[in-house]
Amino acid sequence: MSNISKTNDQILDFDYQLKAQDDAFPTLKVLDNDGKIVDEKALERADLSDDDLINIFHNMLLNRQLDIRSTKLARQGRFGFFAPTAGQEASQMASAYAFHDEDWLFPGYRDIPEIVAKGWPIWKAILWSRGHVVGNEYTTDDGKEVNSWFPQIIIGAQYVEAAGVALGLKKRNKKAVSYAYTGDGGTSQGDFYEGMNFAAAYHANEVFFVQNNGFAISTPRKLQTAAPHLAAKGWAVGVPSLVVDGQDAIAVYLAAKEARAWAVSGKGPVLIETLTDRFEAHSTAGDDPLRYRTKEDIADWWKKDPLIRMRKYITDKGLWDEDKENDYIAQIDARIDEDIKKADNIDKQKISDYLKNTLEVPGYAMKEQIEKFESEGK
Amino acid sequence: MAVKSYIDAVKEAQDLALEHDKNVLILGEDVGKNGGVFRATDGLQDKYGEDRVFNTPLAESGIGGLAIGLTTQGYRPIMEIQFYGFIYEVLDSLAGQMARNRFRFNGTRQMPIVVRAPYGGGTKTPEMHSDNLEGLVAQTPGLRVVMPSNPSDAKGLLLSAIESNDPVIFLENLHLYRSIKGEVAEGYYTTPLDKAAVVRKGKDISIITYGGMTPVALNAAEELSKQGIDAEIIDLRTVSPLDIETIGESVKKTGRVVVAQEAQRMAGIGASVMAEISERFILSLKAPVGRVAAPDSIYPFAQAENDWMVNADDIIDKVKEIVNYD
Repeated sequence: MSNISKTNDQILDFDYQLKAQDDAFPTLKVLDNDGKIVDEKALERADLSDDDLINIFHNMLLNRQLDIRSTKLARQGRFGFFAPTAGQEASQMASAYAFHDEDWLFPGYRDIPEIVAKGWPIWKAILWSRGHVVGNEYTTDDGKEVNSWFPQIIIGAQYVEAAGVALGLKKRNKKAVSYAYTGDGGTSQGDFYEGMNFAAAYHANEVFFVQNNGFAISTPRKLQTAAPHLAAKGWAVGVPSLVVDGQDAIAVYLAAKEARAWAVSGKGPVLIETLTDRFEAHSTAGDDPLRYRTKEDIADWWKKDPLIRMRKYITDKGLWDEDKENDYIAQIDARIDEDIKKADNIDKQKISDYLKNTLEVPGYAMKEQIEKFESEGK
Repeated sequence: MAVKSYIDAVKEAQDLALEHDKNVLILGEDVGKNGGVFRATDGLQDKYGEDRVFNTPLAESGIGGLAIGLTTQGYRPIMEIQFYGFIYEVLDSLAGQMARNRFRFNGTRQMPIVVRAPYGGGTKTPEMHSDNLEGLVAQTPGLRVVMPSNPSDAKGLLLSAIESNDPVIFLENLHLYRSIKGEVAEGYYTTPLDKAAVVRKGKDISIITYGGMTPVALNAAEELSKQGIDAEIIDLRTVSPLDIETIGESVKKTGRVVVAQEAQRMAGIGASVMAEISERFILSLKAPVGRVAAPDSIYPFAQAENDWMVNADDIIDKVKEIVNYD
């Protein structure tokens, strides 16, 4: 009898429930802020070769350099919409590194670098940003299909669509997954929940990422939800969920790798919340972070720059030095310069093509419009 | 040829599509074991398996997203929205996503999805089950909106919709599901999309209509013929995009037009047809174009349906007004 009474007491103890939720999601960490390993076993489990470590760091540097160059170009009016990524390099690139070519990426609008890491040329990313339709062709320069959706604008929609891909992969018996990114604000959307719930109900091959960077434009994370951890939302639909230090590239990679292995085995989706920060503005379209956060807060986060600890770690391992870094950045810059030229020289978009692409088989009035615009060379 | 109900024609088309193309899937709330709340998919899960005909959790936006994602793996999903009044929950998937994807991807990716949903009044449903919301999607570029009015078209148009690489919103009239029967050809056949049908030939006036209003207009035409008025009836079948050619031929022949729709008067398909006629064929007209449509209130509660809905008498009155106009 006493046991039942204890259980009943606990059922009715709402304070206990909140505390239990809070305690349920410790943060996965492998690398500390000084680039030292805090968990050797986890490092072993990540199973990263020296080449892997360098590749991940390369991708993070590429991400940072794209951010720096895009922000500059935007200030000169030579870029379109750009959502800065500085601060999120480990969260984005180390997670993406765990996935394979045959996996399907469902990015949010800040997740351009993950698509580039998948082989999408930078000049197409530039065109996407500038508002040119060729920027929505997901192929490599040698014409290979890149398994990526477009950077989703309607926050949350990528979650339900990715669930459909995950189910399709399962139905086709493919050893592949879909992986989708959203942010802390995205977890408030109905589609966030529907996507996870659908994928879970079908045990579909899916890994969901929430990059919790603390702000949805200006709205702080604590105003999005009373949930102590965003990862807890996965539990509501029966999905294994975890929180990872988003500034720790090795921990992020380990989480993503384990999640992919779980999802590809047919057991269902996994949700990963990365704790990260957007060092800069929401977008280059006039957002001023100092309207909603302090200089000190931003400065504190810069100290947790994911590049610092990864650089220290691979330098200590003898894999990296300043010359290598300068060489690699020079390479990226040359590549970006070349791709800007390529983007500058793209053919003008035609309204007649827009019409032709709207429906495979156009209706009567559309045919008239196609003819009219074609006759005007537009 | 066999005489079949509208709902049986819809089911038969899906059966044939599943048999014809292994990539066709059916998904939606209760479409599996239950065969759909109207039995439009009755027995199909037993016949084709749970892998191809399957229930979804209860969330329309999730169903839309699922269908979109499935296309990346070469599938051609038929997704059912249990009642078209629930469309608001999935509007982003339809208008924000599948409608735009072919355009968005510069023609490199297709969206071969059929969205089936019953619509229309006259069956005393609870609120949000009967609204004629075709206008909401008909004004969205990238979506094709098909609304068959009889069993034969329901089957042939549904098979065309499934074959189409463009997304099709396929709206089935709830009242007609079991109230109408007609000859349906055996086997697999398609009825062309974007093509209106002259369902009754006449010389005095053109009644341009679609969906559930077509049989009402046919009844009105029978009564009118007794009164010496020979009405031609155009069933649009695809309401977006419009078959302007067929509309034009009829208008040029009769010179008088009444547009009839079950939906409210504001905006909508009827308005679009009238605008095309006034822009293109005004010199063929002998009278203003008449319009029969429901009042611009919210769709009524069940007990007021009979007073609110357009009926054959409304069409007859409007036709007489336009025929007698000098």
